[in-house]
Amino acid sequence: MTTVEEQPIATTPAPVAENTLGGYVREYFAKVRGGDVGALPAVAGLVVACIIFGIANSNFFTDRNFANLFQQGAQVTIIAMGLVFVLLLGEIDLSAGFTSGVCATVMAVLLTQHGWPWYWSVLAGIGVGLVIGLFLGSLVAKLGIPSFIVTLAAFLGLQGVQLLFLSGGTAITIHNSTILAIDNNSMPTWLGWTLYAACVVVYAALRVMRSLGRRRRGLVPEPWTVTAARVLALAVIAGLATFALNSERSPNPLVISLKGVPIIVPIILILLVILTFILSRTAYGRHMYAIGGNAEAARRAGIRVDRLRISAFVFCSTLAAIAGIVAASRQSGVDSNLGGSNTLLYAVGAAVIGGTSLFGGKGRVLDAIIGGALIAVIDNGMGLIGFDASRKFIVTGIVLLIAAGVDAISRRRAAAAGR
Amino acid sequence: MATTPLLDVRGVNKSFGAVQVLRDVDFSANAGEVTALVGDNGAGKSTLIKCIGGIYTSDSGEYRFDGKPVTIHTPRDASDLGIEIVYQDLALCDNLDIVQNMFLGREKVSHGILDEPTMEQMAADTLQGLSVRTVKSMRQLVSSLSGGQRQTVAIAKAVLWNGKLVILDEPTAALGVAQTAQVLELVRQLADNGLCVVLISHNMNDVFAVADSIATLYLGQMAAQVKASDVTFSQVVELITAGRSGELGLRPATAGAAANHGGGGTIDMNGAQE
Repeated sequence: MTTVEEQPIATTPAPVAENTLGGYVREYFAKVRGGDVGALPAVAGLVVACIIFGIANSNFFTDRNFANLFQQGAQVTIIAMGLVFVLLLGEIDLSAGFTSGVCATVMAVLLTQHGWPWYWSVLAGIGVGLVIGLFLGSLVAKLGIPSFIVTLAAFLGLQGVQLLFLSGGTAITIHNSTILAIDNNSMPTWLGWTLYAACVVVYAALRVMRSLGRRRRGLVPEPWTVTAARVLALAVIAGLATFALNSERSPNPLVISLKGVPIIVPIILILLVILTFILSRTAYGRHMYAIGGNAEAARRAGIRVDRLRISAFVFCSTLAAIAGIVAASRQSGVDSNLGGSNTLLYAVGAAVIGGTSLFGGKGRVLDAIIGGALIAVIDNGMGLIGFDASRKFIVTGIVLLIAAGVDAISRRRAAAAGR
Repeated sequence: MATTPLLDVRGVNKSFGAVQVLRDVDFSANAGEVTALVGDNGAGKSTLIKCIGGIYTSDSGEYRFDGKPVTIHTPRDASDLGIEIVYQDLALCDNLDIVQNMFLGREKVSHGILDEPTMEQMAADTLQGLSVRTVKSMRQLVSSLSGGQRQTVAIAKAVLWNGKLVILDEPTAALGVAQTAQVLELVRQLADNGLCVVLISHNMNDVFAVADSIATLYLGQMAAQVKASDVTFSQVVELITAGRSGELGLRPATAGAAANHGGGGTIDMNGAQE
């Protein structure tokens, strides 16, 4: 009962073997080798896909297509961001696609047929999403029906509701310029650069403050070189993106000038910041991960598991509503197919490709965006090459399988490495 | 005993339907000591600690904590008094790190934001106070920890919340030799720090290694609660299996009656405890 064989390193936190930039890099590679791959497969896939499509079609790397990508992928990406919440708990929401459709339809009906101002219509649409989420979540958490069944029923039911609102399938066209601007227009170039500068400065400030806070308390902080590297990486990547988006992308600039960061980009960014904050900086978010990891432990810790379960569905459906409004903006109206066909499957794919586990407890909102980007790139790139829908579906399916495979393999490695 | 026991329960009865699982059980535990609670399967150990922890409400019995009579109806009541139970399955989240697990459900928050530095510091201080040196980083995921380290985290969690009475349910059952030693060392350390520790165990070596006093349950009755230094290994085994050992334990008649009574009920009692 005296000697213990494990190495006696003091409890003073030492997050990495060496607290230097090199140490962090080595630690990261050790983590990846140990099976904790995070969003790495999605990022790698994104790079590979971009290279392949860039070589195959000269249009792929144009500024115009780049801006297009964001606008095309917005709906799926936003739904995927919401799905992260339910996936974290090990649940699923199959109805998110049609939730987005129904909410967009409610918005469009109020806007065009009842003459509501755009902001009330949008709020009403989002409100409907919130109510749908509350309903689904209550059935799952309080009645104990598996979420797969509840949301499968909602998938069918909401599809019908959408048809009902569209009186059997008549499409509604939206003319409101504000709604149309959401996923079609771009910001002035100066605003794009201002936003860019603000993002970098705020990010740097937050990192530095965090580091200083830890130093003040005598906890081992992240080395300054790592902080600098993070900020620099953001500055370079976001800078290049802003530059590309701010370049003239109109085929005929004399007739119409087309440049600037698409408005959808800051919308997604704001959602990303808010949701990431909720999941990683609040007790609520911590409890979400805890429930996903071990619901019984969470319950014993006094966490109200039922309420959180309901709230996850509320988040998911509310974000689906926002996604629906974005989609309605994109296609200048709603029809019976908005939110239908493969929207939901793409969104689940995006979340999973990004590294969110279907077993719960693992996933980030940012990863859903990366996964969404990969799906958008495949869709867009294959379209440019001239592949038809059949091949697009096959390739997207294969990519999803690969992503799930990587997840499974990494999980096995993680188990072997004891992580 | 000269000092007032921190925990003192008298005459606890508990039935599940027709099966009486605990009958007139007396049990006490002193601060600064390790009290081992032993007994065969179905003897009522788990039921007793669940009554103490407020998960079950006892049918009758007197309950004193720190000398004052108290009533405990819910786990909340128990944790408010400073009673923390570390269950066999530990109730840790694999996907969270050590600090996050230790503060689960009771996170420190400032202005609505998790106060990570404060939590990390408090968790580190607690582990240091327990002389735990086996944890590399406070930010390690629990899934990367060994069984002994997990047990350590679960125990430290109880200590962090100012537990006065820490009840450990078979803490070494699933551990190897080195890790068992590590956990027992921690158990001893807890008592030396002035906490009252109740250790449920099947392993007599563990019991004699750390316990100051040993309470033996036999078919729902307290056979004897004795000082560890006053009994031998084989006496305790006899108490566990027969309910009596020489002068110690239940009187023959009672022991026999209990055996007759409990004979058919043993299986049911197991069922009731699940």
